Amino acid sequence: MADTMQFDLVSPEKSLASGPVTAVQIPGADGDMTVMPLHAPTITTLRPGVLRVEASAGTTEYVVTGGFAEINAEGVSVLAERAIAKGDMTADDMASMVADARAELNNVKEVFDNQPGPVDDAAKLLADMVAMGDEIGLSAK
Amino acid sequence: MPNLKDLKNRIASVKNTRKITKAMQMVAAAKLRRAQEAAEQSRPYTERFNAVMGGLAASVGGSGSAPKLLSGTGSDQVQLLVVMTSERGLCGGFNTNIVKKAKTHAAKLIADGKDVKILTVGKKGRDQMKREFGQYSVGHVDLTDVKRIGYTDAQGIAKDVLARFDADEFDVATIFFAQFVNVVTQIPTAQQIIPASFEAPEVDATATLYDYEPSEEAILADLLPRGVATAIFSALLENGASEQGARMSAMDNATRNAGEMIDKLTIQYNRSRQAVITNELIEIISGAEAL
Repeated sequence: MADTMQFDLVSPEKSLASGPVTAVQIPGADGDMTVMPLHAPTITTLRPGVLRVEASAGTTEYVVTGGFAEINAEGVSVLAERAIAKGDMTADDMASMVADARAELNNVKEVFDNQPGPVDDAAKLLADMVAMGDEIGLSAK
Repeated sequence: MPNLKDLKNRIASVKNTRKITKAMQMVAAAKLRRAQEAAEQSRPYTERFNAVMGGLAASVGGSGSAPKLLSGTGSDQVQLLVVMTSERGLCGGFNTNIVKKAKTHAAKLIADGKDVKILTVGKKGRDQMKREFGQYSVGHVDLTDVKRIGYTDAQGIAKDVLARFDADEFDVATIFFAQFVNVVTQIPTAQQIIPASFEAPEVDATATLYDYEPSEEAILADLLPRGVATAIFSALLENGASEQGARMSAMDNATRNAGEMIDKLTIQYNRSRQAVITNELIEIISGAEAL
């Protein structure tokens, strides 16, 4: 059995990581999932959260916002809209991301006049952002 | 005949011009390399994105539940043209070519009785479109302050376009930009982004069957707006590289022309200087002979 798989993390601006890994924990829209070699082919969307990559060299963590992940026989590709290595993440980044999400929520509330669908989505996005901030110890004030 | 002083001034001024164009060419070359790198780095994302979208669109697209962004509104009456050009001039035919392409397209649509709306990105395109198609303009995106095109800039434009689409302001959106081939060749391109079209991957028996989380439709609905942003982003990057490439070759030409001009002026200057000397000599000699 293969004990590693190919992993790629790409954002629109650049490719952040590529190489063999043993496991990847993905913040999926329906909940976190850990992908190991020979996982069933899956496509899932991402919520804002922490992407944990385990390779033989050690564990790396990335902060990702929306995007999606494709898991197939060859490995995992994560296409994140924004991805930052956890160590490079600053409180300012966090604050601006939360502020964006909050502005979006207010905007959506106005535009859609409190219709449940879009407003709930935006509220969830904000909640996910804040939860992510708590998780990495950079809670937004 | 211009006198010597004028010629000398003229040569000095052309030399200064050549220095400037040479410097601009060098700056453009450096920027071109950076722009090309950026375009290359975004390519893996775009490729994978389109591959996944192609698969999704092929499986969901056939059903009646396909989102409007994919299947269209069922009409093509109102057309939105997004014309992307540069913020600065002095880059040869770069902006003119894009605008020409957009103008031909717009004129054809108008002749067919369609409604045309124009959104311009980049100052130069707006100025050129304003003359003939000013009344169709619905907006302008200014990127003057943007030093390095980021994904967020594309997202901003995409958000604007999508908001208009949600408000039923148009049925079909097309972007105009220049595809970068090499320094001398940039192809003005029109690409339809709404309704989105993805090249369906070749369906073979070994194609992977994916599990979808959440549902296929939900993923598609989530990804289609991102697809618009991705298309705009890669167009912006292509445009960025094309602009620098066009400027580089334009400035290269200008430098060469300045060099030729300096040579010509120098010859003229030398000839008139010799003529002056000869004249003086004749005067002196004939003066001496008269004595």
